Amino acid sequence: MTEKLQSAFKKLTGKGKLSESDVKEAMRDVRMALLEADVNYTVVKEFVNKVTEKAIGQGVLESLTPGQQVIKIVNEQLIELMGSSQSKIKWASAPPTVIMMVGLQGSGKTTTSAKLAGYLAKQGKNPLLVACDIYRPAAVKQLQIVGQKVNIPVFSLEGASPVAISQQALEYAKKHSNDVVILDTAGRLHIDDEMMQELENIKLSVHPDEILLVVDAMTGQDAVNVAKNFNERLAIDGVVLTKLDGDTRGGAALSVKAVTGKPIKFVGMGEKLDDLEPFHPDRIASRILGMGDVLTLIEKAQAAVDEKKAMELENKLRNQQFTLEDFLDQLHEIKKMGPLSQIMDMLPGINAKKMGKIQVDDKELGRIEAIINSMTKQERREPAIINGSRRRRIAKGSGTTIQEVNRLLKQFEETKRLMRQFTSMEKSGRRGMLKLPF
Amino acid sequence: MGIFDKLKSGLAKTRDNFSSRVNGLINSSKVIDEEFYDQLEELLILADVGAKAAESIINDIRKQVKQQKLRAPEQVRALLKDELERVLSKNAASKDMDLYPRIILVVGVNGVGKTTTIGKLAYKFKQDGRKVLLAAADTFRAAATEQLEIWSQRAGVDIVKHEEGSDPAAVVFDAIQSAKAKKADVIICDTAGRLHNKKNLMEELKKVNRVVEREYPEAYKEVLLVLDATTGQNAISQARVFKEAVDINSIALTKLDGTAKGGVVIAIADELSVPVKYIGVGEGIDDLQDFEPKNFVSALLQG
Ligand SMILES: Nc1nc2c(ncn2[C@@H]2O[C@H](COP(=O)(O)OP(=O)(O)O)[C@@H](O)[C@H]2O)c(=O)[nH]1
Ligand SMILES: [Mg+2]
Repeated sequence: MTEKLQSAFKKLTGKGKLSESDVKEAMRDVRMALLEADVNYTVVKEFVNKVTEKAIGQGVLESLTPGQQVIKIVNEQLIELMGSSQSKIKWASAPPTVIMMVGLQGSGKTTTSAKLAGYLAKQGKNPLLVACDIYRPAAVKQLQIVGQKVNIPVFSLEGASPVAISQQALEYAKKHSNDVVILDTAGRLHIDDEMMQELENIKLSVHPDEILLVVDAMTGQDAVNVAKNFNERLAIDGVVLTKLDGDTRGGAALSVKAVTGKPIKFVGMGEKLDDLEPFHPDRIASRILGMGDVLTLIEKAQAAVDEKKAMELENKLRNQQFTLEDFLDQLHEIKKMGPLSQIMDMLPGINAKKMGKIQVDDKELGRIEAIINSMTKQERREPAIINGSRRRRIAKGSGTTIQEVNRLLKQFEETKRLMRQFTSMEKSGRRGMLKLPF
Repeated sequence: MGIFDKLKSGLAKTRDNFSSRVNGLINSSKVIDEEFYDQLEELLILADVGAKAAESIINDIRKQVKQQKLRAPEQVRALLKDELERVLSKNAASKDMDLYPRIILVVGVNGVGKTTTIGKLAYKFKQDGRKVLLAAADTFRAAATEQLEIWSQRAGVDIVKHEEGSDPAAVVFDAIQSAKAKKADVIICDTAGRLHNKKNLMEELKKVNRVVEREYPEAYKEVLLVLDATTGQNAISQARVFKEAVDINSIALTKLDGTAKGGVVIAIADELSVPVKYIGVGEGIDDLQDFEPKNFVSALLQG
């Protein structure tokens, strides 16, 4: 850390312990942030009270302001509340394992069912998808098509009730050695008694090992009513949070967790059928809190080791020695932190629009890594020597195209340029904000 | 059932949750104090009005209470009602009832109820004696065309469709030519659900919009954004970005038959001046109603 910055931090600190007024003041912002993220009002109230109590009297870290210290505690508490990462399915002792997908209309059950089937197939399972939505027009057809896309058989039965369909699907699975059966049920309102009864009947007749509530990440205050009702009637086992590839802060995640106590097992990150990911409590916590800038600052202040690295990097930049190896290092760090677009939002001082030119998605990141890995050590250190024939070789070795290699080299130059800009920006007092090249 | 009754029954749950508490609150409060305001704010936030919007509404009310020297909580109730009504009536759906031919582009994020709303709308226009044509321009989602086709049969209207994966703009183009030839009054275009932060998908939508403008300039163009009442504050971002991209001029608020209150449309009407035109209160073909700010608010606030 530069001395200037260090002294800036020192100026802000020095209160020793968090006073009641420190905490209350910071909590006003926290409360507003959580509410604007759609966390349920009652959940926010309880959370804020609990954390306030916990925070008063706690010590303030050397390098943090009291307000930052409170945010740090809030973030830790949020992560704790979200639970650990538990993307596991409870397997039946005797197959098939039955997974029942339930939720409101339009929450994403059908797509998620197909994604989950594909996900489990990749782990060596042999799933069967079952079309239990006999109500919505063309719902069965939709499941058949997405099933085909992920290469998973779909069981359907015209004219039969969802209970009968589930039962017969189970028989079918046993005969065809499908070890997982995924029931795609119709969307329904949690207050629709008749339709909720139908789910209870399915549950009674096929005894699912896993009942997953599919919740749209954009859900507002009502998330608590929905989750509470579904959980009370069905005793769900977990939650899948969908449409997280949108720009919602996703406060519903916290609401649902708070009222059901059930883990969020997976998150849906896109319309493509492999866009299902394990749940990361820390990512969602900082997303909900929406104080990326403050959190980054806190992290920065804490991580002395990373500071050292950043300083090295800075020196390298100054001396024009930033190599593709460093670039790769940085990419790995970014990868640890979660989806890029999200990180961009979290970083203060980074104008996502300005960065538009170097847009990198997670898949592209994988390709970049492959390309750099296909280079020799020397090439990584002196990209200038990468001529046409070397580019061809690298493209071939990484399973990419020459255009992609060219693009990467250009991006690298661009990054270098931008980083230089940022290091000069630091002189105007905006430092402590950046260590990532994007 | 008359329109008002249906609206009321559609909003029954909303009313139960919100108004009974407003009433309970107002009845239990003898004076207008800080606690009273806090509770009022809580009610608004729980209705998805949004913390910031709720705060500004309450501040407005505070001011007026002072100015008018109000003493009784029930007077505040009338104030709140007026305030919400005023915001929702701002730019209320223009009187476009008699503008034909017309083309309605229906847009929104995934799963909000676009296709269902189109089915209901088609039926509504048909009931009014209009000749309706549906354009199956959601060529992306599996079986989306089949879904719309079933709605076209239910409503008894024609449909123009292409294969899955084909260009949505081409479907709309064909629908326009067909509408001209058949002298249809209304074309309603289904589009694929898309999250507003996906740049390429929004570009695709702009392209469809351009085709409409280029090929059918004589028609009255309506761009209808479908919002799910269950959605929280993200609906504001949806409305903002869809407005920027394709200049939405009205909103359909669906799933009001649940327990969600859809209060976020207040912020949308206030900030973006896009009025709500229809509300969805179920999955049946006649579960669509015209949005009436007055009825909406009074159904919301009256026990
Ligand atoms: N309860 C209720 N469900 C609705 C309403 N409108 C649509 N739906 C349901 O929401 C789900 C998604 O609707 P769909 O029209 O396919 O959404 P799209 O993806 O936007 O076209 C379907 O199950 C519909 O039946 C409504 O007003 N009330
Ligand atoms: Mg649709």
